[in-house]
Amino acid sequence: MTLASGQKKDKLDRLSELAAVRDDEQGVSLWRDAFRRLRRNPAAIVGAAILLLFVLVAIVGPFLVPYDPAAQIGVQQGVVRSGAGIIPGPSSDHWLGYDHQGRDEFSRLIAGSRQTLIVGVVSTVIGLTVGVLLGGLSGAAAGLGGRWGRWVDNVLMRIVDMLLSVPSLLLAVSFAAILGPSPATVMIAVGAVSVPVFARLLRGSMIAQANRDYVLAATSLGVGRGRIAISHVVPNSLAPVIVQATLTLATAIIEVAALSFLGLGSQVLGQPEWGLMLAEAQRYLGVRPALAIYPAVAIIITAFGFTLLGEAMREALDPKLRK
Amino acid sequence: MFRFIVRRLLLLIPTLFGLSILLFVWLHRLPGGPETAILGERGTPEMRAQIRRSLGLDEPLLMQYGRFMKRLLQLDLGTSISTKREVTTEFIQRFPGTVELTITAMVIAIGVGIPLGYLAARRSGSILDHASVGGSLLGTCIPIFFLAYVLKAVFAEWLGWFPAIGRQDSSIDATHPTNFFVLDGLLTREWDAAADAIWHLILPGLALASIPFAILVRITRASVLEVLGEDFVRTAEAKGLTERVVRRRHVLRNAMLPVATSIGLLTGLLLSGAVLTETVFGFSGIGLFLYEAISNRDYPVLQGFILLIAVIFTLVNLAVDVSYSLIDPRVRVR
Repeated sequence: MTLASGQKKDKLDRLSELAAVRDDEQGVSLWRDAFRRLRRNPAAIVGAAILLLFVLVAIVGPFLVPYDPAAQIGVQQGVVRSGAGIIPGPSSDHWLGYDHQGRDEFSRLIAGSRQTLIVGVVSTVIGLTVGVLLGGLSGAAAGLGGRWGRWVDNVLMRIVDMLLSVPSLLLAVSFAAILGPSPATVMIAVGAVSVPVFARLLRGSMIAQANRDYVLAATSLGVGRGRIAISHVVPNSLAPVIVQATLTLATAIIEVAALSFLGLGSQVLGQPEWGLMLAEAQRYLGVRPALAIYPAVAIIITAFGFTLLGEAMREALDPKLRK
Repeated sequence: MFRFIVRRLLLLIPTLFGLSILLFVWLHRLPGGPETAILGERGTPEMRAQIRRSLGLDEPLLMQYGRFMKRLLQLDLGTSISTKREVTTEFIQRFPGTVELTITAMVIAIGVGIPLGYLAARRSGSILDHASVGGSLLGTCIPIFFLAYVLKAVFAEWLGWFPAIGRQDSSIDATHPTNFFVLDGLLTREWDAAADAIWHLILPGLALASIPFAILVRITRASVLEVLGEDFVRTAEAKGLTERVVRRRHVLRNAMLPVATSIGLLTGLLLSGAVLTETVFGFSGIGLFLYEAISNRDYPVLQGFILLIAVIFTLVNLAVDVSYSLIDPRVRVR
């Protein structure tokens, strides 16, 4: 008896072990498969490396800078007089020279990564949150809600269309203008621009999912419509939204720079930010064009990193390319 | 088809109505109203109040909106605070400049972007392919006003190949019956004026073209790659059609469909970009005027221009949707 039960237990253990292993092998989910293909894509590696460096600099950079990025050293020492067109360039003490207010440009560039990252991430999160709420509601209503749902979807989509019918920069300008100059304004304005994009994307993806067999199966098992939407349809529809969020991070950083250029930007006191540095440098192009080039190159490289990774993710998640 | 167009046009009404409310509320919350722009920081509170009264800004918002709507129904968008001229007149006078700039950018983007995307797809995996995909990704990452400044600094100020600012050289005394400077030159047979206007369009056009170009390269490439893998292409090849016929009638025709849709959507991008490029190049169009209206707090101009841009943007997209159904017999608009 004991022997038999011991054998049985052994057998069961072995079986569950086998099952576990097999489960692991079979369970190549959409995300795991995508990640595997992402690792093999050199563009994704380059993009991820750029972003890793950027985030690392944004976190530790401000502690390591040689000078206080807000201190007007050059003016105090009398070497910088931007009114007279004197802004010294690189030297062994100041690797990238001074900016127009006599601050150390290298320190500002390094320290500026943090505010740039914050502004980009926060504005994307704002757009993502509002867009996902709008699009999710709309998609659930359209796909699962019946007659009343179609009405809700119609109203929500008219609002989204309204936002889409204004060119993005003008939309951001309108938002920035009403809310007055503050760093939060810039983030809300840039976030608002991406709301209709996220909303449309999620809605479309959810409507496509709503016709799948698993939704029919869940419905026939008596699962409620709200629960089907939240725990089945939304998770399956998020892939394009996440890809878009990565790409939006790139455009957010660029749009912030454009708003600053139009005179609608703002900064946290004493905190340098690349977009604002670039916009401020435009006035001294005749004196020292390099002051515009440093932050511009930093913005371009960072945006390129986000774009490379986003595009690689889009490719990796594309069902048409999956084997 | 007719019903589809009518329905889409009717949908424009609630959209514009909602937009007008939003814009109205937004713009009237702008800090520092037009009185600050007119008086600067000097004005006494009494002078400020008087200006606000004369512009009707002291009335309740709802009343102001009612007045605005009433005039809007008569197609009157009010008068600009800074130039004292009608907003519609200002728009009509400046719009041709932006149209010329946008068309130039579009011609550059389509003329170079589509062939490049096509070649990249045909030689998928080649150096050309990687370079054009990488280049176009990089292209979307360059802030457009920075690119505009670089082009201006290098080709206008340093090399002197192109003019740095404006739509036409001030020494040219041309007549402008339509305000499309290039067209005007051709109509009045003032070839020098037309050539000069084109010359002024190239640098801002290039700057503005950068992003649409990058997008078109990628969309064309992806679309051609997809069509090349279709069964009907293999069938066409198998039945012995020459490569030229297969490419033209089968691959290109089908691959151009998504490209056509994206061209409509690019209009919004171009109008946004026009604000930035026109500002850098002092190019007199609606973008530059909007930029000035932002700093002058010129409510009627901001309101009117953004509404008119929304109408144009919507109409362009409608036109694209309609033409889409004409290109592709499988798409039947309902």
